[in-house]
Amino acid sequence: MILTDLDEHDILKGLRTLLAQKGIAGPAEIAERIVQTDAANPGQGAAMVARAWTDPPYRALMLADGTKAAEAMGIPMRGLPPLGVLENQPGLHHLVVCTLCSCYPRAVLGYPPFWYKSAAYRAKAVRSPRALLREFGTELAAEVAIRVVDSTADYRWMVLPQRPAGTEGWDAARLAAIVREGDMIGVTIPSA
Amino acid sequence: MSDDVPPADLSDRVPRAMHDLGGVPRFLCQAVDTAPHALDAFDREVDAIRQILGAKGVMSVDELRRGIESLPEDVYHRLSYYRRWVRAIAAILIEKGVISETALREAAR
Amino acid sequence: MTRPALLPAGTRVRVRLDWPETRGPCHIRTPYYLRGQEGVVERPLGRFRNPEQLAFARPAEELALYHVRFDLRRIWPEADADLLVELFETWLEAA
Repeated sequence: MILTDLDEHDILKGLRTLLAQKGIAGPAEIAERIVQTDAANPGQGAAMVARAWTDPPYRALMLADGTKAAEAMGIPMRGLPPLGVLENQPGLHHLVVCTLCSCYPRAVLGYPPFWYKSAAYRAKAVRSPRALLREFGTELAAEVAIRVVDSTADYRWMVLPQRPAGTEGWDAARLAAIVREGDMIGVTIPSA
Repeated sequence: MSDDVPPADLSDRVPRAMHDLGGVPRFLCQAVDTAPHALDAFDREVDAIRQILGAKGVMSVDELRRGIESLPEDVYHRLSYYRRWVRAIAAILIEKGVISETALREAAR
Repeated sequence: MTRPALLPAGTRVRVRLDWPETRGPCHIRTPYYLRGQEGVVERPLGRFRNPEQLAFARPAEELALYHVRFDLRRIWPEADADLLVELFETWLEAA
């Protein structure tokens, strides 16, 4: 390993200076990129889920082509990895992980949470998924099968959770408000 | 059967790369920290720089990953997520001749 | 040159039992725990440039990428789940 004598903050300072000098990335461009990146958030994915629950043709589009479904909600997807959406069903629960690094559907959910990037999450998801879900307070019925999704390559995956009981007659905005980040990765399940 | 010694864990029996963490016993007994951790200014800037380098074709996300995977195992597990990234970015840019180590050291002071 | 047809859903495949990790610097997107394991193609996902080349900024050919399903219990009896994972054609052989 090189630069062992430098702290990472110093490395960033050096990179910042050199990339600006070389015209590769200036401060204004970096600041603008931060603003754009901060704008992506789980509310976007939640709006997609709520629409899928209330608009059957949209649900069909979302399962067939997540990228188009995101774009239909005004979420910028150009130049980003394709989005795949996996639907939970009464007897089947999906759980997304990236055991190799931290691939995450950032375009629709924002930055990956801390736990998603942790070694413990990455190790457990493929080997003891039911126990892992309990760490998030999620107890699946024994008859519900778990399908783990190891996100290894060019797609990014999100989960379409099941619409919870007790939400009959709710509009999309009210439904979106109960959908959390973890529901769309499969560590939690939305409730009314 | 009772005389059988349980087989060693798969992850111990094969030449697994250190970042290839699915099912690795050492981490199975660690609790997952499910609490929210806000990103700080350092994290956001490193993330933004990586995106710009990718968009401009200076360095791909695949190269970033290779750089992270090249860190020594103890460093990988000790450093925060974006500290790994900034080390990997610097190493790859130096390797490619985009910047020099000497210039980076100068500018880091 | 025409490209070979994609493997259809339902095709039985085996992940190559290979350890490029032992042969020098590499970047691999096939997790260690699937090497040598048998699975079933869930669906083809399209063609994407080979990350094993992209990671070294080398010319990278497009490869077919598949969603492949495995029974995790065959790898770890306690796992109690199945698995969907993206794998490139170069890692798959007929089972």
